[in-house]
Parts: sequence; C-alpha cells; structure tokens
Amino acid sequence: MDHLDALESRSIYVIREAYSQYKNIGLLWSVGKDSTTLLWLCRKAFFGKIPFPVIHIDTSYKFPEMYKFRDEKALEWGLKLEVARNEKALAEGMCPEKGRLECCTALKTQALKDYIAEHKLKALLLGIRRDEHGIRAKERYFSPRNEDFKWNYKDQPPELWDQYKSRSEEEQHIRVHPLLHWTELDVWEYVKRENIPVTGLYFAKEGKRYRSIGCVPCCKPVDSTASSIDEIIEELKTTKTGERSGRAQDKETAYMMQKLRSLGYM
Amino acid sequence: MDDLRIVIVGHVDHGKSTLIGRLLYDTGSLPDGKMEEVRQASEELGRGFEYAYILDNLREEREQGITIDTAQIFFRTERRNYIIIDAPGHVEFVKNMITGASQAEAAVLIVDAGEGMQEQTRRHAYILGLLGIKQVVVAVNKIDLVGYSRERFDEVKSTLSAFLATVGVEPEHVIPVSAKSGDNVTSRSQKTGWYTGPTVIEALDAFKPLPKPVEKPMRLPIQDVYVVDGRRIFAGRVESGVIRQGDEVTVLPDPRKTKVKSVESYLKTKIEAEAGESTGITTTDKLFIERGHVLCSGTLPKVSTSFNAKVFWMGKEPLKNGEKVTLKLATQETGCRLEIHKKINSSTLEAIGGETLGNNEAAEALVTTDAPIVYEDFHTTPELGRFVLQKDNDIVAGGIIT
Repeated sequence: MDHLDALESRSIYVIREAYSQYKNIGLLWSVGKDSTTLLWLCRKAFFGKIPFPVIHIDTSYKFPEMYKFRDEKALEWGLKLEVARNEKALAEGMCPEKGRLECCTALKTQALKDYIAEHKLKALLLGIRRDEHGIRAKERYFSPRNEDFKWNYKDQPPELWDQYKSRSEEEQHIRVHPLLHWTELDVWEYVKRENIPVTGLYFAKEGKRYRSIGCVPCCKPVDSTASSIDEIIEELKTTKTGERSGRAQDKETAYMMQKLRSLGYM
Repeated sequence: MDDLRIVIVGHVDHGKSTLIGRLLYDTGSLPDGKMEEVRQASEELGRGFEYAYILDNLREEREQGITIDTAQIFFRTERRNYIIIDAPGHVEFVKNMITGASQAEAAVLIVDAGEGMQEQTRRHAYILGLLGIKQVVVAVNKIDLVGYSRERFDEVKSTLSAFLATVGVEPEHVIPVSAKSGDNVTSRSQKTGWYTGPTVIEALDAFKPLPKPVEKPMRLPIQDVYVVDGRRIFAGRVESGVIRQGDEVTVLPDPRKTKVKSVESYLKTKIEAEAGESTGITTTDKLFIERGHVLCSGTLPKVSTSFNAKVFWMGKEPLKNGEKVTLKLATQETGCRLEIHKKINSSTLEAIGGETLGNNEAAEALVTTDAPIVYEDFHTTPELGRFVLQKDNDIVAGGIIT
C-alpha cells in the first residue's frame, strides 16, 4: 500500500463506520475538489452505489461552472441529489453586502439547519481537512453538534483507535469528516491518480486560478500559471500562499472562522 | 517519501506548542502572512512573539496561554512528511492528549529544565507506555533559562530517565533545547558545546514508521454487509495479514469455516487485500456473517467472555463498582463489567484505594463481557488487543489486553 492507498482506506473505514451507525445520513457536496473526492470515496466504499442523499447547499451565488458540473455529474453517477436553499432569506435580499457573517449564516448554516430538520438527518459527511485552517486542525472524525447546532470545541469527545462517538439524545447531529487527515497536495495527487473530474475553475487562465471555490462574491483567484493537475501539484510543492487565502469569510475579523464554525458553519 | 505521526507531550507550560511553532518556522512550513497574524495576535494580547499561537488557534487558548485541544499539523523535511500532533498539557484535558497520542507512531516528551519533571510529565509518560509508543525522545526545554547549564541538564535527565524506566519508556535521546530561541531544534546550538547528540529534527528523522503487520495471521473484522447487484459483500478493513481469493477462513466468535469467493473493489479487479486495506469480500456459501464477526486464518485469536486488561479512565463521572458499560473492540460491541484488581494514580503510580474508578485513574482489571469477544494480546496484535469503554454513548476509557 502506498501513501494514497493508506489515506483512501482510512477514509473508507470512517465512511462505513458512519453509515453503519446512522442510516439517516447525507453527504454535503459543495462541488469543490474536496467534497468531490469524498463523493468518489463514498462510491468506492459502497461499490458504486451511494445509499444516501448528496446535498448541495445552494446560496445562489455559486459559479455557473459549478451548477453545470453538479447537474452533469449527478446524472452520470446516479446520485440522489438534493438542493437546499434558504428561499426566505434570498427573497428578502440576503447578500454579502449585508455582512459576510450574516450572509454565510443565513444562506449556508440556516439552509443546512432547515434541511436537516426537515429530513431528520442524524449525521452529515463533510470533506473538511485539518490542514485547511487552524480551527479545522482541532476537529474530530466524528464531531457532535448540539440542539442549537453549536460545536462545543472546548469539550470534544475522545477518539481512540478508530472508535468514534455514538450519538446521544441531546445532540442534533454528528458531523463526520472522512478527509480530515488529507492535505491539499494529497487531494490533488489522488484526483490525478483516480482521474476524478473537477471544475475548470481550478486551472489558471490569464495568470489566475481558484485554489478554493465557493460563492462568486467571496472568492478571489490567486496568482498562478498552473493550468493542469500536474502543474497544480508542482505549484503546491513550493507555494507559501495559504489555500484559503482567497476566501473572504475566513479573515473578516480575527477568529471569524472560529465564530462561524461554533455556530454550525461547515 | 514516508509519513510519520509524532505526538508532542509534557506538562502544561513546558513548551509543546512553542516547540512545534519553532519547528514549522525553521523548516519554512508556514504560509505567508501566518507570522504576521501571530505577531498581531501576540501584540493585541500584550505579549512578546508567541510561537505557540501558530497552533493555538482558539481565542480561549491564546488568551489563557494554554492548549485546550489537540491539533494536527503537517510539515516536511528532506527525509519525510510529518504529521505533528500537539497535545494539551493541562490536567483537565488529558482525554484530548490521549486522543492525540493514540494516533502517533512516535513521541517527543518535553520537560522544563528549570521545573523538571511535573505531574503531567509523569502522567503523559505513563500514557505513552500504556499506548505502546516505543519511539520516544525527550527535549529538556528552556535550557537558556538555566544558563545552558550542563549540571542542571544532567540532573533533570537522570531523574526523568529513572522514572521513564518504571513505565516502560526508553528514550532514544535526551536533548537540551530552547524552543523559544531555537537551540538544538533544527540547528546545533553553540551554547551547549558539551552536548554531542542529535538536534530534535535529526532525532525525528531517525525514527521509523511502524511496519504494516502483513506477515501476521489474517484478521478481517466485519464492519457491515452490503447487497450490491444481488451479491452479499462483507465489508471491513484487514487488520493484519493478507486475505486472498480462494482462501479458507474461519468466522469467529462462533467458529465456522468458509471460502473467499472474491475480493471486491469498485472499478478495479483485485484478488487480495492486505493489512490496513478497507475491502470487501464474498464467500462461496451463504453463511450468516454480520458486523462484529471476525474472519481469520492461520493461528486463531482467543475467544472468551473474560480477559485481563489495563484500563485508563477519562470519564467525568467515575465508574462504580460492578457498573455495566459498553465495550468496543475493533467492530465488536457488547456490554461488560470490570472487577478492579489494582488501582493507581496515573501520575505518581501509587496504588490507591476506593470502590470507584475516577477521571485520570488507571486500573488492572478483569473484564467480563455479555457476549464472547475475539481478541489478542495487545503486544502481539495491537489492532485486536485494544478497546474503548462507552457509557451513555461517550467514550470514557481506553484499555489494552495483557
């Protein structure tokens, strides 16, 4: 087994543990490279057929390429695609100009809350990684959220030897993070090896590319000439720019990410 | 290049997060802007530059100057990729330290040159011994604050080494270090001319990744059963050995024999799966197999409803004598009770009395389970020799079978 095989096997183990404990589970698919990799691993874990819904939290501000990619792949891979939108907030004109914290909270966190409540989901699979952000470095594979959707980061459950927390009654749901141990470079090397499709936004055009994708108003491309997966891999081996440096919501104020995550942000 | 997971442990304020911050900085592993962010955060809180803030990202951690939760961070040297696990040194957060340490292949135990061995130094060392982490180096930190004194270093080294021997930890090196000023972390210090051993980074590079147990008898604990296109696939991770198409295997705990018809893999053809691999198999007959069953070949593991174990309790509520808890070992799960034979303070190692087993206490106990459990000795096959105990859906203890 090589490095990527080991990462893959560990993730599949976590995915299968999650499904064995919680039948009412969903996969959050942002259409980015990480959650698409997670989707790929789920297809492998269940031998082609993912037995739960794949949920896209749609703020309506995503890149057009992302919507196209989502619909094409959902059809091609036979996914049970569910699109969750906070229609009420959108109708009232919620947008980043009203404040990024407010916008992320209404269009992402609240949209997800509503979806979970409506479908009574007990667990969610998410493609976050420890190396993305200092706060995410402290996450568990199985991370409980309470009835108010809050992450109690000061009192997390112990995790030993691939034994994970079961749900207790007062908890709203468990967030499961099968990609926690991967790095950005690992993801790209795996995308290359497995031939996993990703949107064209990641590849450089006119000296710029997106390293992390989300909503159009809050994502800035980084300077780059990497126009293929091989070139991205080469770039990541030498770069000193942080992956989420183009993501505005991370740095609006100090501890913004901590605040967002403790309120239930992904 | 290989990967190595290293945990940094030791008493609160002895400099774990600072050492990691220094390692990341000196190896050029930090993204642009990180040093500036840390400088600003340090200033806002009225402190000098705090390397620890590189890892201590929670507001509460920075304000109080302590690490609350374990964090993992990645860096590389020319030799290999590292996953560094920072573990909190405060007595209140031992469960977070154990979470971090249980994922490590090697450890750095850090001790303050001035203060010497303290309560958590001893407890963390005991836990390293319990978890079976064999590759350990000791960093005697803040050597600058004792004037780079060889006498003080030797004193700390000898007291600590004597203690470590009692918990079965043999450090490969004891290194005089100043994480704050960078002495002997990634470059050799001019101020400790009397020290001839390796720097921290050289000592880390000399560690070895743990080999995958492919040579041992095959064990495949079943995680789940999926029906795909009418075929029943038994899914799980091979914990030791190799499973091949055509193999005769024994299903435990209630011994039955069957034969491997196929090794399944999506979009790939496979005929075998080895230790560490998540896989799925089908069998030639319609034997009933479910989660918790273990497929085995070669010498068979033990199957019993009672075994001796060492247990470390980390639940907020103590375990009452004879109280029922849930045991989870690989994918097996059953109710159990503990008969405590000996109870110790995990820092002083003194035997203690009392009917209950409380937070941070360790015990030697006889575990009696409701259903038969398939297990092995921790020191032979750790994957089937370790377990957790759960109470009200929370993990409250870790244990090893000896």
